[in-house]
Amino acid sequence: MLKPLGDSALLIELGNEINPALNQRIHALNALLQNPILGILETVPAYSTLLIHYDPLILTFDQAAHWVRDKMTQLDDSFHRTPRRLEVPVRYGGASGPDLEAVAVSKGISPADVIRIHSEREYTVYMMGFTPGFPYLGTLDERLIMPRMETPRTLVKAGIVAIAGSQTGIYPLDSPGGWHLIGWTPLKLFDPASETPFLFSPGDVVTFLPLESNSLLFGKLDDHA
Amino acid sequence: MLEVLDVSGLATLQDSGRRGWQSYGVPVSGPMDWFAHRAANSLLNNSPDAVVIEIGLGEITLRATRNTVLAVTGAGFEVANYIWTFPLWTSFYVRAGWRVHVKKISRGNWAYLAIAGGFETQSILGSKSTYLRGGLGSALRAGDVLNAGKPAIELSKLAARDFPVEKYMSYSQSPVIQVIAGPQQDRFTENGIQTFYGSEYTLSKSFDRMGYRLEGIPISHAGNADLISEGMTMGSIQVPASGQPIVMMADAPTTGGYLKIANVIRASLPLLAQCEAGNSKIRFKKISVEDAQEKLRRLWSRAACCPKFPSAS
Repeated sequence: MLKPLGDSALLIELGNEINPALNQRIHALNALLQNPILGILETVPAYSTLLIHYDPLILTFDQAAHWVRDKMTQLDDSFHRTPRRLEVPVRYGGASGPDLEAVAVSKGISPADVIRIHSEREYTVYMMGFTPGFPYLGTLDERLIMPRMETPRTLVKAGIVAIAGSQTGIYPLDSPGGWHLIGWTPLKLFDPASETPFLFSPGDVVTFLPLESNSLLFGKLDDHA
Repeated sequence: MLEVLDVSGLATLQDSGRRGWQSYGVPVSGPMDWFAHRAANSLLNNSPDAVVIEIGLGEITLRATRNTVLAVTGAGFEVANYIWTFPLWTSFYVRAGWRVHVKKISRGNWAYLAIAGGFETQSILGSKSTYLRGGLGSALRAGDVLNAGKPAIELSKLAARDFPVEKYMSYSQSPVIQVIAGPQQDRFTENGIQTFYGSEYTLSKSFDRMGYRLEGIPISHAGNADLISEGMTMGSIQVPASGQPIVMMADAPTTGGYLKIANVIRASLPLLAQCEAGNSKIRFKKISVEDAQEKLRRLWSRAACCPKFPSAS
């Protein structure tokens, strides 16, 4: 369950699947491991694992593992973590969601169905990665599951909401991307100058709020998408 | 202090790296060759975290606008200062108006140019390291003017120092890279493991600050090559379905979804970083976590040691 990853990291494996309950345990354990001892540098939660980066000039693997094991004993069913909840306004379709129609056609439903299904459930930020601030959100309704695109786009604009496999996500920066683009949010996911540079944190609970394209919120921002 | 007159290849500013944001998907960045970065700073009594110019695969010409002392380390580069040529791993005095030219001439990929007092630049997310893909900082361009902080001691005491690199780091194009077995080692066939430890790899043309794609005999997986994405580090060796390993480097993504056969130890990363595409012959050898950490501790203190041999030049 605890394995070295090189000479400077320790991998905690709590399972081997994408499963909401398992991921909840990862985020609960991650919360227990904040305010660490000297030499623990940072933690990276993922679907079913947690990677602990430590400084081998300060801690040996055994010392780091001892600390982790001690914390893991506190991870029982009575431990509750209250996740942060965020609502993300989305303009679905149009120029900023060019794949909405294609997803609907491929799934044999209407674009309005895609919007309804995508926005009616809560998602968890299972992990973050790809580019700074990119949230991997799950789990997507089975009716919307699509494989990744065969040829990724070379440019996807910041704020685009996309789906692939059993996940949905939002591009924080202009970047290449291989997911299906279904909408756009004016929220800024990454602002390096801000005191809280990232909109999302791993473990957050997120819902999407569909907005009409003539909504005041989007009035001034049309040029961006 | 220093004006960039001309640059080819990739020149970026790097401190020792960006820590604390990996859970948000922000790579550590920092130098490709930490030993050379650290030695360049120690030649000038800078803090180990001071900002240095990393020059990759090309050349850079700078002009001093004030008197200063510079140090250049790395592998495969040469330094011209005014009318003289200097070897790497030395510090030298530069007068206002003089030109300094750092150019790749032989085997190696990366050079590190440090200035007395360290370069000053904007800190983003607690670090001054450049991460181009994430838009954190930008590559150096002609016309950029770089300021330096206050030197630790007077300039004359910092100039004309040598760092005895050959005592501590044997840069080579046929290195033995030490690794620790990876967390998914059991998902490779026995044959695949033997291939990895028993054959020779070279760096492919497809390499950058994010990762080094190697070429050699394909490594066979026991089942499929995919993994539910999990955290990884600089030095993690991922093996996708092609069987050709990819070593994650300074700008490595924080998570990855391929099986990891092993992890390069920190003490061996500088050797790997300086291996050239096509020319290098890389072998891997297993070592324990305890031995790897002991090696790192020794090397770390050596790279910080004040140089003992001020030369007469």
